Amino acid sequence: MNLITVSGPPSSGKTSIILKTAETFKRRGIRLGAVKFDCLHTDDDLAYEKAGIPVKKGLSGSLCPDHYFVSNIEAVVDWGLKEGFDLLVSESAGLCNRCSPYIKEIKAVCVIDNLSGINTPKKIGPMLRMADIVVITKGDIVSQAEREVFAARVHSVNPVAIIMHINGLTGQGAFELGTLLFDESKHIDTLKGSKLRFSMPSALCSYCLGETRIGESYQMGNVRKIKLEEN
Amino acid sequence: MVSQEYILQSSPKELIERFPYLQTFFAGLTLKLENLQEVPLQEIIAGMDDEVAEDNSFEGLHFLKQLQEFIQQMQSFLGDEHNIVDSLTILPGTDKSGNPEQFESLIFEKSTITSIVGPTGSGKSRLLADIEWVAQGDTPTGRTILINGEKPSADWRFASGKKLVAQLSQNMNFVMDLTVAEFIELHAESRMVNNIQEIVSKIIDAANELAGEKFEPSTPITSLSGGQSRALMIADVAMLSSSPVVLIDEIENAGIDRKKALQLLVGEEKVVLMATHDPILALMAHQRIVIKNGRIVKVIKTNLEEKAMLKELEEIDRGVQQLRTKLRSGEILHANE
Repeated sequence: MNLITVSGPPSSGKTSIILKTAETFKRRGIRLGAVKFDCLHTDDDLAYEKAGIPVKKGLSGSLCPDHYFVSNIEAVVDWGLKEGFDLLVSESAGLCNRCSPYIKEIKAVCVIDNLSGINTPKKIGPMLRMADIVVITKGDIVSQAEREVFAARVHSVNPVAIIMHINGLTGQGAFELGTLLFDESKHIDTLKGSKLRFSMPSALCSYCLGETRIGESYQMGNVRKIKLEEN
Repeated sequence: MVSQEYILQSSPKELIERFPYLQTFFAGLTLKLENLQEVPLQEIIAGMDDEVAEDNSFEGLHFLKQLQEFIQQMQSFLGDEHNIVDSLTILPGTDKSGNPEQFESLIFEKSTITSIVGPTGSGKSRLLADIEWVAQGDTPTGRTILINGEKPSADWRFASGKKLVAQLSQNMNFVMDLTVAEFIELHAESRMVNNIQEIVSKIIDAANELAGEKFEPSTPITSLSGGQSRALMIADVAMLSSSPVVLIDEIENAGIDRKKALQLLVGEEKVVLMATHDPILALMAHQRIVIKNGRIVKVIKTNLEEKAMLKELEEIDRGVQQLRTKLRSGEILHANE
C-alpha cells in the first residue's frame, strides 16, 4: 500500500483534487481509501462515500489537529492495510500556518489556491516548504499573470517541489497528478519508527489544560510574550 | 552546479552578489538574516538557536538543499536556449472507446492561430491537458506531443517557471489590490526581466490599443472594465508570459478589438489556440480542428470562401460596434445607417 498525505489551508480544494484524481485511479484499477482529519466539523467524508471511496474521519476537537493527526496516523495505516487498499490518502486541513504534518519517506502534497493572496506562500510554514508536490487550484478564475506570480512565490519558498496547476472543478490536471502519486513498487507495512519531517507546533501552558481566566498569574508553562516596543 | 561546500562557505551577501535572483529566495524566508549578511552560512546554521529555527520552520539540511536547487533551476532558466518553441506537433491517439484519430500528425506553428470547435464536453479540456502535460502516450487519449518536432525534455512537465500553456478565459478576473503599473511590475519581477519600466509601459500602451476606453498606469486593476481587463490580460500574456502557447477560451465582443488582440499574440510569436464558436474569431484562424466524443475528427484549413465571408462578417460587426458607441453617447439610432 502507498500512503500519501495531503494538506493545505481550509477550502483550498483538497477534497476536490483528491476526488478528481480518484476517478482516474478507478479507471486504472487502483483501490483507494481515504481518511479525513479535521478540527470541529467536516462533511467531506460524505463526498468520499458518494464517490464510493471507503473513508474514516477524525475530528480533533479541542486538541491541536496536527498532534491529533500524528497520534492516529499509525492506526489509520493499519486500517488501510487491513482493508487491502493500494493507496491510502490522508487529508488534513492546515488550520494554523505552522502545521507540519508530513512524514519522512511518505509523499506529501500541499494544496493551496490562487485566491489566497500572493504573500500567503511566505506565511505558510513546513506544510508548504517541505511538500514534495504543490498543487495550485482556482487558476481558472484569476489572470495568467497572477497565476505566474503566485507560482513564482511558491517556487521561491519551496524550489524542490513539483508545482502543478489543477482545476478542481473540471479535473484538468488530475490524471497527471495521479501518475505522480501512485508508485507500484512502493509498500509501507507500518509507520512505527517513521519520523516527521519537521517538529509540530508546540505549547504546554495552563490554557492547554483548560484555563479560561485572563491574567499574568494564571499563565503557567510554555508562555511567550509579544514584543510591543519593537512594533 | 554550485557545490554545497561553496554555499556553506559563503555569506548571504556574497551569494546574492553572485546570484542576484537569490534576493527573492532570501525574502521568502521568515527568518531574518539582516544582521548576518556577512556571516558564512555554515556559521549561521551552526549558531542557530533551536527555538528560532523551529519558529521559522528552518532546518539546516533542508535549507541547503532548497538553496542549491533554486540556484540550479534559475541558472538553467536564465541561460536556457531550449525554451524557444517554433512548433507543436500532435501525434494521434484514441477516444474513450479506442477509436483512433484520423490524422497523421497535426502541427501548430508559432505565429499561427488554430481554432478549436466542438460541443461542451467533447474533449477540449483533455486536449489542452495533453498539451500542458506534453503527453507522451501516457494520458487517457494516448496522444503524443512533440516540441519543434522532437520528443521534449521532462522540464516542460516539472520545472517551475517553464509552463507550456498560458490561458485566457472569460471567467478570469484580477484579484490583487494593485494599480496596473504595480501589477505588471510584480509580474515582470517574478519573470526576472531586466528592463522592468520599459516593459511596463509597453504593455500598458498595447493594452490601451486594444481596449475601447483607455486607462492609466495608476488605475487599480480591480476597477478596470471587462474589456479593459481582457485587453490588459492579453497584452501581458503576449509580452510577459513565459509560455509559448496561448489558449484562449472565447473573447467577449464588447470593449476590445479582437482582431488586434490576436495580431498582438501572433506578432509575439505565440502558438495561439482558441476555443470559440464565434464565426469571426473562428475564421480569423489559419485552421480549425473539430473535436467530437474525445477525439479530433477533422482538421479544416480556412479557405478563400471563408476568408471572404470573414470580411463581410467584420463589416457587420463594425456596424454593430458603431451602434453601440452611439447608444453609449446618448444618440438616437436610425434604420438606414
